[in-house]
Amino acid sequence: MDIAKIKSFDSDVLGHFGPYGGRFVPEALIAALDELADAHLTAQADPEFHKELDNLHKTYTGRPSIITEAKRFSEYAGGARVLLKREDLNHTGSHKINNVLGQALLTKRMGKKRIIAETGAGQHGVASATAAALFGLECVVYMGEADTKRQALNVARMKLLGAEVVPVTQGSKTLKDAINEAMRDWVTNVETTHYLLGTVAGPHPFPTIVRDFQRIIGVEARKQVLELTGKLPDAVLACVGGGSNAIGIFHPFIEDKSVRLIGLEAGGKGVETGFHAATISGGSPGVLHGTRSYVLQDKNGQTVESHSISAGLDYPGVGPEHAYLNDLGRAEYRPITDDQAMYAFSLLCKSEGIIPAIETAHALAGALEIGNELGKDATLLINLSGRGDKDVQTAADYFGLPL
Amino acid sequence: MSTPLDKLFTLSKSKNRAILIGYLPAGFPTQKKAKKIIKAMIDGGVDAIEIGYPYSDPVMDGPVIQAASEQAIENGAGVNEVFDLLKTSVNLGAPSVVMSYWSPIEKYGVEKFAIEIAKNGGSGVITPDLTYEESDDWRSQAQKNSLNRIYVVAPSSSDDRLSKVTKECSGFIYAASLMGVTGARASVSANAKQLVDRIRSVSNKPVAVGLGVSTKQQAQEVAAFADGVIVGSAFIKIVQESGAGRKGLKRIKQLAKSLSEGIESAK
Repeated sequence: MDIAKIKSFDSDVLGHFGPYGGRFVPEALIAALDELADAHLTAQADPEFHKELDNLHKTYTGRPSIITEAKRFSEYAGGARVLLKREDLNHTGSHKINNVLGQALLTKRMGKKRIIAETGAGQHGVASATAAALFGLECVVYMGEADTKRQALNVARMKLLGAEVVPVTQGSKTLKDAINEAMRDWVTNVETTHYLLGTVAGPHPFPTIVRDFQRIIGVEARKQVLELTGKLPDAVLACVGGGSNAIGIFHPFIEDKSVRLIGLEAGGKGVETGFHAATISGGSPGVLHGTRSYVLQDKNGQTVESHSISAGLDYPGVGPEHAYLNDLGRAEYRPITDDQAMYAFSLLCKSEGIIPAIETAHALAGALEIGNELGKDATLLINLSGRGDKDVQTAADYFGLPL
Repeated sequence: MSTPLDKLFTLSKSKNRAILIGYLPAGFPTQKKAKKIIKAMIDGGVDAIEIGYPYSDPVMDGPVIQAASEQAIENGAGVNEVFDLLKTSVNLGAPSVVMSYWSPIEKYGVEKFAIEIAKNGGSGVITPDLTYEESDDWRSQAQKNSLNRIYVVAPSSSDDRLSKVTKECSGFIYAASLMGVTGARASVSANAKQLVDRIRSVSNKPVAVGLGVSTKQQAQEVAAFADGVIVGSAFIKIVQESGAGRKGLKRIKQLAKSLSEGIESAK
């Protein structure tokens, strides 16, 4: 499948999506970003690259991922037809592998031998460590110290895969600070190192590259839904932290005007309490980590700490393309609280026998809302972006289960 | 129109001597003490001051400045402290600039920021993460208020890039001596001289070298080929070790004096 085809809403050459995106980085990184943008463009135009990536997806990732119809879960979603795109069944347990394998191939093409990555929940870190093992690359993963504790299982997985995990003790000790540390490493080691960024944020060309590698989710799902139901879904739902799984499933539907695109942000304890990570719902335009987008920040432009039960959504920024889709009204974004997410988490476990990632549970909670709004004639496509094995400890704590 | 900083570089050039630029974040360790530190720097021989806008996500900075910025933010330092310290420094007679990541400037309002810098006597602003492609707004507001626009270039900058970025610069060109973040280094890399040579081939504007300089000998080394020597982390480290009481201030002044002597001996 040619993932380079059918693109709408592309950025301009400087990486702008409307007023968002661009590059706000030290000059030291410009050469590497230019090199990366070139490598990506060349690769996208090269059939050999697509052949290699498609083959990896077929024989390693386990693509195409299947669609599961959630019939019992649907009873709680106003009877709407609920279709789950099963990215949780990918190797390493989430959609993150799609981008990682693509960027690992680019790393090889650029002749670099070392990759660094940031991780929040650990899913991107695990995927990066996996790709590094597969391609024989050195891998260092930066992870906020707070996250290494709540995602201890994934820390062990990364180490088993041969990666070095560096706990970041600065600032809020979460994903935001892990990205800062990764950027500092990159500024220092840029000649030998590729920064394998895991989401559709950061300076140009990252939002475009990561989207291009995640588009496969939507390309497959669109075809699968058409085959299964004979029509397009009424709404496509996905959780949004940085926004890579959401843009991946949204993008191939952008030109299908009848399809609502709905991103579910981490509302934490409620947007009104200030303890949340709902960047679009509760933030304002600003600059963070090399890009202009919605940001949680105070009046001095300082980044405000985000809060979410889900480490993977606990980020005060969001990809610039999401910011643009929001302003255009093409996609809508809603907050889902920790409690709503955990209710949906438990519901999917018990009604379908699928333990989702807590990140993904935000999208499921959104489906309960939207399903009840649209009723039983509606078809909802939900990106089941990751599996919940890593979250068993957090869920057990939340539900008060003794371990 | 030339700024006080422009005039300083013209004067120092006529004396064939590089200038010493000292960096301190506003509000560090407190605003009151920051003012005393600035005075000690200037008394010791610092020629120009760079006031840092403490920012939550300083990706160009090493652990020393990160910790100082975090402390300043915890103390409530924001835009008002930046302007206040700028004014203090200018009143002490030193040409002064502000160093700020782009986020705080954009949040405050680019036009308002430029006006306030000018109003408080600032010569310009160093913008370490503002690429020239994103500079349209800043360019026009800085020009309107006769401010220097100081960009950072790095050893990895291509020749094409160097020529474009240095064209955008005024006041001076900030040459990052090495690939990395701020902080004292055992030696200033050979990259620094190479980079300055490459800049000279595309621009005749003053060039100041920053990142890694902390000793008299390094200052002398850099002053032999650059028009300015920027020192930040070394001053902050003193405050972190000795505080900003009599002992700390004495050490600040001594360091400034010794760096200044290093520069003098490079003539």
